Amino acid sequence: MAAKTPAAPAAQTTQKEYRTISNVKGPLVFVQKTHAVGYGELVQLRLPNGQTRRGQVLDTSGKHVVVQVFEGTTGIDNDKTTVKFLGETIKFGVSKNILGRVFSGAGAPIDGGPEIIPDDYRDIIGAAINPYSRASPHDFIQTGISTIDGNNSLVRGQKLPIFSGSGLPHNDIALQIARQAKVRGTDEAFAVVFAAMGITNEEAKKFMGEFERTGALKRAVIFQNLADDPAVERLLTPRLALTAAEYLAFDLGMHVLVIFTDVTNYCEALRQIGAAREEVPGRRGYPGYMYTDLASLYERAGNIKGKKGSVTQFPILTMPGDDITHPIPDLSGYITEGQIVISRELHRKGVYPPINVLPSLSRLMNAGIGGHKTRDDHKKVSDQCYAFYAEGRDLRGLVAIVGKDALSSRDLQVLDFAELFENRYVRQGRDEDRSIEDTLDLGWELLATVDEKLLTRIDKKTIEQFHPKYKKAGTPVKAH
Amino acid sequence: MVNLKGTVYRVSGPVVTATGIKPAMYDIVRVGDERLMGEVIQIEGEYSIIQVYEDTSGVKPGEPVENTGLPLVVELGPGLLTSIYDGIQRPLEVLQDKMGHFILRGVDVPGLDHSKKWEFKPLVKKGDAIKPGQVIGTVQESTSILHKIMLPPNVEGGKVTDVKAGSFTIEETILTLDNGAKVAMMHKWPVRKPRPFAEKQLPTIPLITGMRILDGLFPIAKGGTAAIPGPFGSGKTVTQQSLAKYSNAQVVVYIGCGERGNEMTEVLTEFPVLEDPQTGNPLMARTCLIANTSNMPVAAREASCYTGITIAEYYRDMGYDVALMADSTSRWAEAMREIGSRLEEMPGEEGYPAYLSARLSEFYERAGRCTVLNGGEGSISVIGAVSPAGGDFSEPVTQATLRIVKVFWALDAKLAQRRHFPAINWLQSYSLYPEYLASHYAEHAAPDWNETKAQIMEILQKEAELQEIVQLVGSDALPPEQQVTLETARLIREIYLQQNAYDKVDAYSSLQKDYKLWKAILRYQTLSGAALKMGATTKELTGLAAVTDLARARFEAKFEEAYAAAMKGLENAFTEMAAKAKKHEVLA
Ligand SMILES: Nc1ncnc2c1ncn2[C@@H]1O[C@H](COP(=O)(O)OP(=O)(O)OP(=O)(O)O)[C@@H](O)[C@H]1O
Ligand SMILES: [Mg+2]
Repeated sequence: MAAKTPAAPAAQTTQKEYRTISNVKGPLVFVQKTHAVGYGELVQLRLPNGQTRRGQVLDTSGKHVVVQVFEGTTGIDNDKTTVKFLGETIKFGVSKNILGRVFSGAGAPIDGGPEIIPDDYRDIIGAAINPYSRASPHDFIQTGISTIDGNNSLVRGQKLPIFSGSGLPHNDIALQIARQAKVRGTDEAFAVVFAAMGITNEEAKKFMGEFERTGALKRAVIFQNLADDPAVERLLTPRLALTAAEYLAFDLGMHVLVIFTDVTNYCEALRQIGAAREEVPGRRGYPGYMYTDLASLYERAGNIKGKKGSVTQFPILTMPGDDITHPIPDLSGYITEGQIVISRELHRKGVYPPINVLPSLSRLMNAGIGGHKTRDDHKKVSDQCYAFYAEGRDLRGLVAIVGKDALSSRDLQVLDFAELFENRYVRQGRDEDRSIEDTLDLGWELLATVDEKLLTRIDKKTIEQFHPKYKKAGTPVKAH
Repeated sequence: MVNLKGTVYRVSGPVVTATGIKPAMYDIVRVGDERLMGEVIQIEGEYSIIQVYEDTSGVKPGEPVENTGLPLVVELGPGLLTSIYDGIQRPLEVLQDKMGHFILRGVDVPGLDHSKKWEFKPLVKKGDAIKPGQVIGTVQESTSILHKIMLPPNVEGGKVTDVKAGSFTIEETILTLDNGAKVAMMHKWPVRKPRPFAEKQLPTIPLITGMRILDGLFPIAKGGTAAIPGPFGSGKTVTQQSLAKYSNAQVVVYIGCGERGNEMTEVLTEFPVLEDPQTGNPLMARTCLIANTSNMPVAAREASCYTGITIAEYYRDMGYDVALMADSTSRWAEAMREIGSRLEEMPGEEGYPAYLSARLSEFYERAGRCTVLNGGEGSISVIGAVSPAGGDFSEPVTQATLRIVKVFWALDAKLAQRRHFPAINWLQSYSLYPEYLASHYAEHAAPDWNETKAQIMEILQKEAELQEIVQLVGSDALPPEQQVTLETARLIREIYLQQNAYDKVDAYSSLQKDYKLWKAILRYQTLSGAALKMGATTKELTGLAAVTDLARARFEAKFEEAYAAAMKGLENAFTEMAAKAKKHEVLA
């Protein structure tokens, strides 16, 4: 398979083959007595059975070279296997013809389509965007999901992960977003770059089926590393995807939505390499550099001054044990610009999408909403709904202990609000695409069930302009 | 100069081992054919271990290494303000011009513009005897800052034999001394070496931040140190940016250390258009930014904090009050860990190097209010964000930091989740400065400032105790006086402690405003207590329209007016309540 990978022409030049492997350990191969090999160089291994594998140099010195093998070390021996250093780092061949195509997790086309003739070969590690060259993200993306659009708005160029748990419908949510996402005022659809990392065949089929059903495939580039593919290959998959995304965005001017699933599998691969290298581990056995490594993926989202396209990231990760303090969600949260948290409790109650707005956050929301971007009342409605819902959920705990009788009338109203919020606002259909106006109006409808005096997060002017009571009375006070 | 040439022996990520260069610790070396910049961080026999500030992909054993024999330095002179640098003082704007939108490697750029001319006005004349640190002249660096050109601390003093006035580049000689020294507007300083000063002073002046909870309850002094730990999304960056915008420092050095690119872009787009509340000039005119984001090389991230504090010291030496924000010191510590782990050192806790806490104290020790070499006074206040793994404050970086700093602003995920912002936990946080600052507050803010603050703190403490009972029996079961305490505490939380950093008016609060809000809330408590005695019910005391007006007054541009109206409303409401109660009595 690796032979089919588009590789830069330079890689074809004849290089010396070594048969000096001394040790093979987990995903690592140690090679001795080589010529001077560059750090990060691409490596080709040829097994006794004729198969080839690819790897990358992790450590190079006069003594030996350490190679991390992407496609697994099964079958590699320290006698007949040969090693060739290709003299360059790993690259991906880009062209506009990658749209609509499916690649393996290592970047080889696997859909039986025509050969792709690359316009250019790009280093998949990718250089950091100069902070001075970035343009602040501020274009509101309407996903059609109220809990996101209303309370955790996504903007173009943001990285907003889904924190989920095993068995929760995060993939459905991701698909719904990929299907419905649009920037207000434009009909332009997003190009989708999808990187599957260690997901099951069945899940992958579902994604593919959806992409085909909705015609999204035409505007998608897919990279698939499945559960039974080598784990170490996962270190390449997201980097290939981002290289493709950057090309589409910054060379071809497209708006790209990148979906990763599941980042947790990626991190497991990282841990595996660290263990094989006998590195001093950080928290819970994950490498101390995991923050930096994840940042090298997530920070590849963004907008660039003077460039038309953008890269928006929607990574999905499952929190081991639903624990948000686990290093994978924790380090992700420290890098991304917020998070959408899926709740097992809401899922059990049968609410779809089971997004818990309380621990969720979009840090770029303020930049994307209000006035001409969405609507003047957006922030206020969001804050008030949020405050009541938070309070209402706390009250549920109290009711469980002391019963409803001990509650004041205010408390009772808030308690009811929380119920309505989950059932009317959070809950929506898998194909229900709500406009932001619908979402905000729905918010008002629920807020109107509470005494107006209690709406302390909303100023008078906004209440008079948007509260259904005044609207119905036909006396909306115009803001000037 | 030594300039010894050697060769690369081993490459492992950002760490390169070389032989044949015979360096001293922290010498700057050039690695490989591309002459990547690196710094010697360990010497083991013939092997020199180097951390490289740029990506090392493709570097091979056998490539050349050259020792410059010089430590990592920054260029100090006019042009620092309004700039944005990476961790080793390369101007990002120039990097963009040279290599486009992405940061490539092998490009060397000086920190300051060497061709730009600045108008230099001398303050000394021929024949004057001058000492290191003395101001020899000035340059208007930005609309806000008059840059004072000093005789560098590492140049010996002497008699002026020549001094020029006029337009010069930072490299041209503007002054000569009888000892032969030629002085230009720029000099270089090694970042790991603190700049000298005459004497440290007591921290008796507050750094006013414009954030109510900080200025009122947990103040930081000019020259003080503060840590702001908190889990992700709890408000470290928003707080730091707020301090960078509104604190009454004269110069701000903001270090984005291993954090997000977009956050630096935000500062870069906002600060040139936002007004410095002190001077009315654009905020950028007093700001120097250092951005070594999470995806930029870790070794340069390690250097960024030193680069930043050295620039801060330079402005302190001119007699300015400098505030330095480091977001986040945890990423700095992690950079040390990443590099350290490749050295096969014995790690300390959680894999951090054993010298972690020594490095942190050395860094914070560079803060302080000082008499500087020329007899003037300047200060550096250091505010470090800490990003504890899993939000757990018992981890090594938070713990090591808390042993050093004098102010602890504890961010609380629960408060952030409630959208109580700033999410600073008032029971957990502390400041050790009030003992030094009390008289300043009494003199400049309000005579009874300190007593009023004590009252407010007491109510908050009381609330915490009462809440435990409420959790068990509900608030209605409490006696009315205690319900009033709870209601008062709620007002403190909602009206005083909460402050919206995104609201144009509320984002900055003056000490006068802080004090007025305190007094209003305490007045509510007093009136409510009296009303209860006259037979009012707790129901009547909650949900008063005047209280809502008070809460809203914070957001009014004309705060004084709105406040006066709300207070009048409050008094009236209670007078009416009293009248009603009397009627009841009469009827009964
Ligand atoms: N004072 C404030 N006023 C209003 N909103 C705030 C305030 N402080 C924090 N927030 C909200 O919390 C969000 C997260 O804050 P911030 O980015 O400062 O977190 P952080 O602690 O720096 O997180 P990280 O460690 O991931 O960088 C902000 O985007 C904003 O929505
Ligand atoms: Mg932050």
